[in-house]
Amino acid sequence: MASVVATNQTILVVGGGVSGMTAALEAAECGKQVVLVENTATLGGRTSVLYRYFPKLCHPVCGLEINLRRLKGNRNVRVLTLAEVTGISGTRGDFTVTVKRSPRYVNENCTACGACAEAVSTQVPNPWNYGLDRMKAAYLPHAMAYPQRYVLDPSIIGTPDAEKAKAACKYGAIDLGMAEETLELKVGAIVWATGWQPYDAARIQPYGYGRFPNVITSVEFERLADPHGPTGGKILRPSDGKEAKDVAFIQCAGSRDENHLRHCSRICCMASLKQTQYVREAFGDGAQSTVYYIDIRAIDRLEDFYARVQKDTTVRFVKSKVARIAEDQATRDPILHGVDTEGYHRYANRHDLAVLAIGMAPSVKAADIPAEVVEDSSGFIEAAAERAAVFGAGCATNALDVNRSVQNATAAALRAIQVVNRAARAET
Amino acid sequence: MASDLNAQALARYRNDFLREVEERVDEGEWVKMCMQCGVCAGSCPFGPHWEHSPQKLFMMIRAGKRDEVLQSDSMWMCTSCYNCVVRCPRKLPITTIMHGIATYAHRLGLAPKRQPTRDFSVVFWENFTRNGRANEMRLMLRLWFKDGIGAGIKKALAMKNVGLGMLRTRRMSPFEIFGGHGVKDVKGFQAMIRKAQEIEDRRRGFTK
Ligand SMILES: Cc1cc2nc3c(=O)[nH]c(=O)nc-3n(C[C@H](O)[C@H](O)[C@H](O)COP(=O)(O)OP(=O)(O)OC[C@H]3O[C@@H](n4cnc5c(N)ncnc54)[C@H](O)[C@@H]3O)c2cc1C
Ligand code: SF4
Ligand code: SF4
Ligand code: SF4
Ligand code: SF4
Repeated sequence: MASVVATNQTILVVGGGVSGMTAALEAAECGKQVVLVENTATLGGRTSVLYRYFPKLCHPVCGLEINLRRLKGNRNVRVLTLAEVTGISGTRGDFTVTVKRSPRYVNENCTACGACAEAVSTQVPNPWNYGLDRMKAAYLPHAMAYPQRYVLDPSIIGTPDAEKAKAACKYGAIDLGMAEETLELKVGAIVWATGWQPYDAARIQPYGYGRFPNVITSVEFERLADPHGPTGGKILRPSDGKEAKDVAFIQCAGSRDENHLRHCSRICCMASLKQTQYVREAFGDGAQSTVYYIDIRAIDRLEDFYARVQKDTTVRFVKSKVARIAEDQATRDPILHGVDTEGYHRYANRHDLAVLAIGMAPSVKAADIPAEVVEDSSGFIEAAAERAAVFGAGCATNALDVNRSVQNATAAALRAIQVVNRAARAET
Repeated sequence: MASDLNAQALARYRNDFLREVEERVDEGEWVKMCMQCGVCAGSCPFGPHWEHSPQKLFMMIRAGKRDEVLQSDSMWMCTSCYNCVVRCPRKLPITTIMHGIATYAHRLGLAPKRQPTRDFSVVFWENFTRNGRANEMRLMLRLWFKDGIGAGIKKALAMKNVGLGMLRTRRMSPFEIFGGHGVKDVKGFQAMIRKAQEIEDRRRGFTK
């Protein structure tokens, strides 16, 4: 493995989602040396597993492609995938960082031909589809993966499947002897962009997620609508594979709730409005979406999109936080119970599928970052704390959409550049 | 007495019923934290059977609907199941507020007459503050015969098996009718209750 050269004028970016890629590229395009550390096997983060982007309903691959092109054309960024930061010592302008790299068992020779995947038979849950289906234990994370290189799941190492994969590879790309390694890097500034994760829906007990198959989360719904997803882009409900034409969207699932996440996750109103259009796209006038909400938070220019969805006759809005979901045992239809606060009517509404607009929690809690940072009451990195060792970027600092994540990441890159410039001046 | 208290409260709070609730009702200061999401209303097992859900009552308080709130019999029906409390996203102590509003309405003499929970509460309070222990025999007789001899006998016959069961399992003793058992220092106990009431009255602004 090639060694990583880094000095106190290098910027370390942790997390390779849209925020981390942006911060890395902005700094690199200013001529700075950047090491980008990502803990999965590919860059792209959570946006690469969305079906479409609000408000323009374009495909996320488009934005990802632009960033990847910038990345390939730039020699200043060193990308380390399957890597994690385990320790940080020192201060601004002079950090020593330890990075643990897990083996991929596949080297640079890989052409992504896919022969190894054909050869193995073991299947593992597919995290890129939020575990809705399974994938071969030799895999490319997804079509847009970067690097375009296969991975062997560690569970098959030492089994005949690993040997089968190795035998199938015509390019000598499979190296079963790869082992975990630890690197030590000198860096001047750190940008922390580890993003978000969906709040654990099973903890919202009255909604029955995990007990009722036809109660799913919004991130899972993105995968159902996506042609690369587990259903090939058909909106089918998990219990019986029937088309889900009548879909309920439950807002603030786990957000704005003292029992769960205190903050408003900001994007989930827009995400549900967007997803009503997936239902319409699939079923035309036969679609029926019902959005159960406390209030719709579509701000600034996003309000135009809200106005458009309101005009859609297949979309209905009910001002009510759903109190609980029950299940019809015969049909497995979810039945939503609550009170419509415009008129105080009680309802018990049956739908084909209920989608929880799940809240965004930090994927790494600020308190667990191995350096001094200030954590807010939801576990995100508190912005602009003077003493903080690392600069937060994107959803590591708050629940943000892509647009705001990118702005935020650019600001973090600028701060990091200032720090390494200062370090450079001190040395001359 | 009760109507004096009501007149005093009206003069003191004028049209600011929210402030009145905040100062005089148990946990009343939480009412303004309600975001009207509807979860408590949708969670209450009484939902279809009463007029005013907690959510609705909290909105009525903010809208200054004093008479409607204090004369409502909805909060008297709360069974303290705590379904609403565990689900409220703002963590309002809803059950306590419900009982608090009921208590306050009773104090001012505005609570609905012949409300069964209210009647029972009054009888129970008198019963157990007498000796410091509940006297089941007297409590039972008081409740059965509160609507007259005829109604009492009817009720006694209907409840016969429950009563006999309680006697047999010694949950109730027929000798309790002659006064019954109590705590060791009944006078001390009563003084303690009086003191607590005094403190509470001062805290709530009923007395100086
Ligand atoms: C249902 C839903 C729909 C959405 N739809 C839209 C939309 O249509 N339009 C829009 O603008 N926004 C949308 N969003 C928001 C969007 O997903 C975020 O704005 C975006 O993902 C933020 O990017 P990020 O890079 O900050 O975080 P992430 O995408 O979470 O990326 C973080 C990266 O860091 C990596 N990482 C995590 N932990 C570590 C670690 N310890 N070490 C190293 N790396 C780590 C992760 O693997 C990941 O690659 C949606 C969100 C949801 C929930
Ligand atoms: S590891 Fe070998 S067989 Fe597998 S995709 Fe790469 S080149 Fe093809
Ligand atoms: S964005 Fe909408 S659904 Fe999401 S937490 Fe905020 S109000 Fe609730
Ligand atoms: S659940 Fe809580 S916040 Fe929601 S309406 Fe009831 S009291 Fe208000
Ligand atoms: S505690 Fe009272 S108000 Fe709350 S749900 Fe139970 S009965 Fe209804």
